[in-house]
Amino acid sequence: MNETGSFAFQFQDVSMTFPEKDGELEALEHIHFTVPPRQFLCILGPSGSGKSTLLRLLAGLLTPTAGSILYPQDQQPSVGLVFQQANLMPWRDVWENITLPLELRKLPEAESAGRTQRMVELVGLQDFAHAWPATLSGGMAQRVAIARALIQDPDLLLLDEPFGALDAITRERMGAELLHIWEQSRKTVVLVTHSISESLLLSDRVIVLSRRPGTVCLDMLNDLPRPRSEETRYDPRFIQLSRHLRQAIQE
Amino acid sequence: MMKKQSNTQKHASKPAGWTYPLALLLFLAGWQLLVFLFKFPAFILPSPLQVGQRFLTACNDGSLLRHLLATLTEMLSGLAIGIFSATLLGYLLSKSKFLERVLSPFLVASQAVPVAAIAPLLIIWFGSGVLSKVLICSLTVFFPMLVNTLIGLHAVPAAMRDLMTTLHATRWQTFTRLEMPASLPVLLGGMRVSATLSVIGAVVGELAGADKGLGFLINVGRGQYDTALVFVAVFTLVFLALILYGSVLLLEKRLLRWQEAK
Repeated sequence: MNETGSFAFQFQDVSMTFPEKDGELEALEHIHFTVPPRQFLCILGPSGSGKSTLLRLLAGLLTPTAGSILYPQDQQPSVGLVFQQANLMPWRDVWENITLPLELRKLPEAESAGRTQRMVELVGLQDFAHAWPATLSGGMAQRVAIARALIQDPDLLLLDEPFGALDAITRERMGAELLHIWEQSRKTVVLVTHSISESLLLSDRVIVLSRRPGTVCLDMLNDLPRPRSEETRYDPRFIQLSRHLRQAIQE
Repeated sequence: MMKKQSNTQKHASKPAGWTYPLALLLFLAGWQLLVFLFKFPAFILPSPLQVGQRFLTACNDGSLLRHLLATLTEMLSGLAIGIFSATLLGYLLSKSKFLERVLSPFLVASQAVPVAAIAPLLIIWFGSGVLSKVLICSLTVFFPMLVNTLIGLHAVPAAMRDLMTTLHATRWQTFTRLEMPASLPVLLGGMRVSATLSVIGAVVGELAGADKGLGFLINVGRGQYDTALVFVAVFTLVFLALILYGSVLLLEKRLLRWQEAK
């Protein structure tokens, strides 16, 4: 492997264990892979396979108990994190929620307002800019969360089952919107999901984690041609790949 | 059809504006009737009219206002000190497991001591002036405020903390942007309870030894068999408590507008 080549991040033999009442819980074991910049990576796995732990490690919310995660120039990249629940602050309206990351970085008012406006438009919530989160539908709330994650132009966009709490139809539409946003911004994206079709429709690459302790049991490039649409689901290649993924998960 | 139904429901759950004065009027009439039927002497149970007269004289000679202001000062300072110290300590306790473990037995024990029992002590130590009342008042308020602060801070969703961490928020930013607004509903609930408790605290302090205040006025009335004056003081206290409670409600309505959205 060319260690000096360009990459967004690198897992180097990363293991993660959590202390438990009786002994330890091994969440991840010997995770080793490299992600090039601007790749759309999906982490797929059954529940309890350490998918979220992997994402939390990347977000800098956890430190690996063994191994390390490498970043270019050894700098922790800025991350935009989207959770399964939209996780909006209910006391801030849509605009104030989206602008939060800029507010924390104390950006000048004019610049921050302009960027917030662009984000509100990007996720199509112009008419709801001053609505309270409690009045939003699940899909709208998740769009706000995505806008909030993107507004500071992060190096990494991390999504932890972002559409898991949405109904099937909204979920498909949000996936398409996410692709659209990604095509415009071309960020490195890591999306955790347990939906095989979602991972195939969105990603450049799928990594399948095994049941606890999570290890990489399949690392597959997704060569389905872009742009993809709902029609892609009927592509023979799609069916072939999804069968491949299903087998990997069940093993 | 549906609309009509919801309208009648609204009427049933929210009494119209005239029901409160009516209830008050009925109460006064019943009271007057009681005094009229049983011919109680005024030092046992004065009639509402006698209480009203006593109220007017107490207003005219300025004594009521003077004592009311004394009690109000004690209550408000006690509230301010109690709320501030309790929220500050609550915040520190929530940040330090060690501090919590060391202090919580003392805090729980302190709650088991009735304020009325230590009020005389505080008056011995801090004199019969305003200071001892302010302290008693803040002590009454302290514990419920502390508990509510801890509950409020505990209720801050972990995912939102994670969000603030990934955004590299400073401790101060996390406090002002997340912890404070997230715990505000619970804090305001505690303040509502504290507002009424502070009245109790001030009066307990004044009854234990004071030279002014509404509690002092009650003592004076009792000593002189001026029961009407006792009633005037008690009603003024109720009025004070209601005003304070109402102010916190108004504050809540202003600060928690987002909660009404649904």
